[in-house]
Amino acid sequence: MNLWVVLAVNSITLGGLLFLLSAGFSLIFGLMKIPNLTHGSFFMLGAYLATSLIAHGFDFWTAAILGGLLVAALGGLVERLILRRLIGAELAQVLVTLGLSFMIADVCLLVWTGDPIRIATPPALRGATLVMGLGFPTYRLAISLVAVVFAVVLWALLDRTRLGAMIRAGVDDPAMARVVGIRVSRLFTIVFCLGAWLAGFAGVIGGPILSVYPGLDQEMLPLALVVVILGGSGSLVGSLVGSFVVGFLYNFGQAMFPELAYVVLFLPMLVVLVVRPQGLFGRQAA
Amino acid sequence: MAVKVRRREFLAGAASAAVGASLAFPAIAQPKPVRIGLLTVKTGPLAAGGIQMEQGTIRFLKDRSNMLAGRKVELVVGDTGGNPAGAKTKTQELVEREHVDMIFGPLAAFELLAITDYTAQAKMPVLSLAAAEDMTQRRPNPYFVRASGTSAQPMHVLADYAAKELKLKRVVTIADDFAFGHEQMAGFQRVFEDAGGRVVKKLWPPLVTPDYTPYLAQISGVDAVVQGFAGSNPVKFMKQYQDVGLKLPVLAGAPACDEALMKSFGDEAVGVISCSAYTGDLDTPSNRRLIDGVVRDYGNVPGLYAAGLYVNGIVAEAALEKTGGKTDDREAFIKALRSVSLTDTPRGPFTFDHLGNVVGSFYVRKCERKGDKLVNTTIKTYPKVSQFWTYDEKWFLAQPVYSRDFPPLKS
Repeated sequence: MNLWVVLAVNSITLGGLLFLLSAGFSLIFGLMKIPNLTHGSFFMLGAYLATSLIAHGFDFWTAAILGGLLVAALGGLVERLILRRLIGAELAQVLVTLGLSFMIADVCLLVWTGDPIRIATPPALRGATLVMGLGFPTYRLAISLVAVVFAVVLWALLDRTRLGAMIRAGVDDPAMARVVGIRVSRLFTIVFCLGAWLAGFAGVIGGPILSVYPGLDQEMLPLALVVVILGGSGSLVGSLVGSFVVGFLYNFGQAMFPELAYVVLFLPMLVVLVVRPQGLFGRQAA
Repeated sequence: MAVKVRRREFLAGAASAAVGASLAFPAIAQPKPVRIGLLTVKTGPLAAGGIQMEQGTIRFLKDRSNMLAGRKVELVVGDTGGNPAGAKTKTQELVEREHVDMIFGPLAAFELLAITDYTAQAKMPVLSLAAAEDMTQRRPNPYFVRASGTSAQPMHVLADYAAKELKLKRVVTIADDFAFGHEQMAGFQRVFEDAGGRVVKKLWPPLVTPDYTPYLAQISGVDAVVQGFAGSNPVKFMKQYQDVGLKLPVLAGAPACDEALMKSFGDEAVGVISCSAYTGDLDTPSNRRLIDGVVRDYGNVPGLYAAGLYVNGIVAEAALEKTGGKTDDREAFIKALRSVSLTDTPRGPFTFDHLGNVVGSFYVRKCERKGDKLVNTTIKTYPKVSQFWTYDEKWFLAQPVYSRDFPPLKS
């Protein structure tokens, strides 16, 4: 009985982390049609940057925000200097972003060495909180809360602001959006930076659970892909639902069918791809 | 960054010194240098161990001023990228183009398995850390020596200690779902159960598992947890172990509580009991030299990987001294390698068995906090441990190789 409660609560916290990671991926893919394979690298880079910031005396949350900003700046450069020239060339985008992910991994290895680095849990969130009579790590619960806050903020941004309306217009019909005077290319940069920031921030937030080490990028990227394919690209609700679905599949799959952990995780993705290629909440491709 | 520069400078210096020497004293008296090929991993997820292997090798050669048994040494480093195909390519390069006299490495078992047939054919002596059991058991390579041990060798010791000294009765094991993990836990299970204990459950998270909580949630009704993770996974595992509030004692394999990980661990690792072929507090002159040198040059504490390569250097040196510095007669050289018997090494005294695997000391250690640092303190030394533990070699080899499902769990 306890096992199921632990798994359920843990599914929600993993889902929260995945949402932070995949929301940006989904926005970028939805708006720009770029399968951004550096997204896992942004996640890892954010975490690495935060370890250095924390070592220089910043507190955890400042380091998370700043680490995210540095990653966003890099994302902006990548978008402006490289991806901008490759609009519509999907194969080139895949190759470039994949190549970049290898380069970022190598630079990280050079700067932060190959040793795993631990990010300490912020002091206020150490220890356990009782959930349904069971002790649960407070920090993990806090992640779920952060994810919910971000979901609300992102939803408000997309649904209630002018910028959001422009982004939505860009996702739905970029050609028409241009015609009505929306500077879609600037939107691209903004969205790419926002996505990179979310990934970098998620990396820092995930740090106290996952720690940072070479290869973290390639561990997280497939999870983001599954979330976005399940939920549907360009859809915030899709990312949210997809994240929690993957969180549950991951936790319960590994506990109940450990030999088939990956099958349990990827089979639903295959089914969705075949039956509903646009994802559970994705809109039919225009 | 600074590390890199120094390493390059050293290599450049070593190379120019070698060139200078051959220019200054033309062919007559000067024997040609011994060429050592190092197969290591400097990119990708296995890079941490690979970089330490290189540090250990370079430190050893520095300590010998680049001379072994009267011959200059040239080191050729090949980065395998941590995959079998890369290992194969680099090995061929080292053998056919660089004409090395022996190979140190590779790091991972699957790399070793990819090159073993080729190196045996080429009669190339290989001194490796990779722990795959059958390399010195059912599929022996006559040109292979391993001074570190098989996957299960330290686990036999750990199991003995767990059953007899810690009086543990029931444990659950958890390790990466690949050959090294399987072999470790199978070895633990055999000795632990023969000593009256019981392995209740064996958990196998995939090598790439961001979150171990689903596995941790399945642990209950036991006295202790035995974990055999490798690479960076132990750090993540121990943190999450603490986060879910588990208080059971943790026993660990060699890479799972390695000295090199101490700076990455927090207090969650305090109290972990592990067994390894190397221990940082072993008081031998060569171990002190190794630690001082690596700390001075690279600013980190050496662990199993750096020490293992340092030991390989000592083995090669001892063999070269036996053959009078000659490596051309490969049969004689490998014979010399395998008949090496050493006392002052960073891993203590050891010899090799007829299959090329180490018979030597293994150390049971407890992780403790000393000041602001974590250290492993040796609590018991098992001398002259063979890869077959106390079992009869013929019987042992007649059994299937350790695997995920062998020995099977008792129901």
